[in-house]
Amino acid sequence: MSDNIVGERAGLTIAVNIAVVALVVLWLIPTVGLLVSSFRDRDQITATGWWQSPLPVELTFRARAPAADQVEENGVWVVEGNVFEDREQARWFPEATGTVTAFGSRGVAPAEFPPGEVAELRGGATLVVNTDGTFRYESPEEIEGAGPRLYFEARTPPQFTTANYNTVLLADNMDRAFINTLTVTIPATVIPILVAAFAAYALAWMDFPGRGLLIAGVVGLLVVPLQLALVPMLNFHNMIGVGQSFLGIWLAHTAFGLPLAIYLLRNYMVGLPRDIIESAKVDGATDFQIFTRIILPLSFPALAAFAIFQFLWTWNDLLVAKVFLPATAESQVMTVKIADDLLGSRGGDWGILAAAAFVSIAVPLVVFFSMQRYLVRGLLAGSVK
Amino acid sequence: MNPMVQGLVTIIVGVGGCVGYFYFANMVLDRVLYPASGPNAGANINKANRIRPWLFLLPAIVALGLYLVYPVIGSFYRSLFDRSGFNFIGLGNYSSLIADGEFRMSLRNNLLWILVVPAASTFFGLLAAQLTDRLSWGNIAKSLIFMPMAISFVGASLIWKFVYANNPDIGLINALRALLGADQAVDVLQIPFWNNFFLMFILIWIQTGFAMVILSAALRGIPEETVEAAVLDGANPFQIFFKIKVPQIMGTIVVVWTTITILVLKIFDIVYATTGGNFGTQILPSYMMAYMFRDDGRATAVAFVIMIIVLPVMIWNIVQARKEMR
Repeated sequence: MSDNIVGERAGLTIAVNIAVVALVVLWLIPTVGLLVSSFRDRDQITATGWWQSPLPVELTFRARAPAADQVEENGVWVVEGNVFEDREQARWFPEATGTVTAFGSRGVAPAEFPPGEVAELRGGATLVVNTDGTFRYESPEEIEGAGPRLYFEARTPPQFTTANYNTVLLADNMDRAFINTLTVTIPATVIPILVAAFAAYALAWMDFPGRGLLIAGVVGLLVVPLQLALVPMLNFHNMIGVGQSFLGIWLAHTAFGLPLAIYLLRNYMVGLPRDIIESAKVDGATDFQIFTRIILPLSFPALAAFAIFQFLWTWNDLLVAKVFLPATAESQVMTVKIADDLLGSRGGDWGILAAAAFVSIAVPLVVFFSMQRYLVRGLLAGSVK
Repeated sequence: MNPMVQGLVTIIVGVGGCVGYFYFANMVLDRVLYPASGPNAGANINKANRIRPWLFLLPAIVALGLYLVYPVIGSFYRSLFDRSGFNFIGLGNYSSLIADGEFRMSLRNNLLWILVVPAASTFFGLLAAQLTDRLSWGNIAKSLIFMPMAISFVGASLIWKFVYANNPDIGLINALRALLGADQAVDVLQIPFWNNFFLMFILIWIQTGFAMVILSAALRGIPEETVEAAVLDGANPFQIFFKIKVPQIMGTIVVVWTTITILVLKIFDIVYATTGGNFGTQILPSYMMAYMFRDDGRATAVAFVIMIIVLPVMIWNIVQARKEMR
């Protein structure tokens, strides 16, 4: 490469390396945050940031000094026990042991006192919770009801779980939305390729009046905003009885994908060697044979590139799905499900949101990383001359 | 019917129908209408060859005409009527748009998006392309910067919600502010005016990879002699980049810039999934969606305004394409 001639200095190389590392980290961090958060316990997510996820988390818990255990000692009523033995804590402390870092008697101040300190409560009662979780509650009067609440803060080990995914997939209907997305995407990817391939061949290798005009038309249509088509085409679908349905969205995606498909494929096909096609013609091959036997196999990279584009576009689409599919739960695709449903009803439930987002981006990411080569080639065929 | 089965049937019917159409239309043309045998064989072949391109193009022309050409006229026509669709009100929808403060704000925001997003994406893309070009691990870096291309705008919005969140234990920005000693968390998506830029950054994050891939190919296409000559003349790396390389890939930079500009005008997902157009972040596509299903006249009028904004790019694209073909 030309760089060797520059006689580049070591300092510059290091600076470039650092700059690229910074750029990559900046670009990657948000996605990593999402991925980590989706596997964290829902209580821990709101207690510490995902970047602290490998560290123990201090969470607050509540327990009860059961009135049933009270005994009278020298005129005061006493309850003794261990906060970790409370059944409410079984999820975090299955062994019934742990370390208390603070305690309190009120929900608004669950970490008011350090462990071991004797807290003076209202009505002359006292409470002390020790580091190992043992507590002693003293009251001048007999305790009535179930017994007083006590709150404590304890260190919990970092916990990673697939519970968020279970909730999203099983309880939140995300599985249904996943299947709907797949149902929209596959026909909407396959059909335009076929229609566009024939048209691209005609525009690339057949001679007829008006060809230049048609190519210019396709280039112009590349730019037409989708928004224009929404109202007239929805009305049209309603008129011909398609309505808001999967059939309607397949038709819409097919048509919206065609300009790019024709443009990409024509650009690629025009570059195929003329000799092959002409010698096939001399040998008596028809256009149909030339297309299916020669052009299609040779155009595989461009076909693959467009297929990836169209797949990503239809999988990730929100606009077309909102307009051309009914808003009912049975036909929601994942993007609509997340944007209209989860962000509203689960707005504060970060673990669920993260898991849902990751379910929706997992397939495109796999497709992207496995077929990146073709995607890049397709981009270049479309934009660089 | 189960949608999966329905989807499968559609693929089979759709693909089979397409293949069948092309195959049988060809056969009818060659065997029945103008057989390549008999007394007029030569004339028939010529006639068939004149019709064949249109056979190949027919499905595409029908789909494009119906879904993209007709709507330009159909939407404009609809925008001349009121909500019910029965009363002709001329340009009434347009004048009430102009009178609406939210529309003017959407227009202003949209112009900001058009100015900032393509410029920033192209800039970062060019930067990334040039920097990674010299590295041994450049391809891995490129791949990672390119990755957001695969993520939906809704997914990306959610990802960035985790950065922008108004909670120092969720949002990175507020965590950094807390680290630097700020005692009050802020919701960056509610800061007037600047929140627009936080939303734009989500799209810049997605589009930088696209710009980088194309510009990186263009940089590699630069003839080495030009760079060598500059080196011999004593140019430093910055001069080589700005005075030798960038002018040579100007054409590609413009293509990238316009492509992203067009995309910006189609995006409503980011605003819809983050602020819902509140706090002064409305843009035209999301403003239009607010009226979709409620007032078709107004929605189509907004769509047509978007079309008018795109028009110069469209004309420029066509002119370029015609130049290339000559």
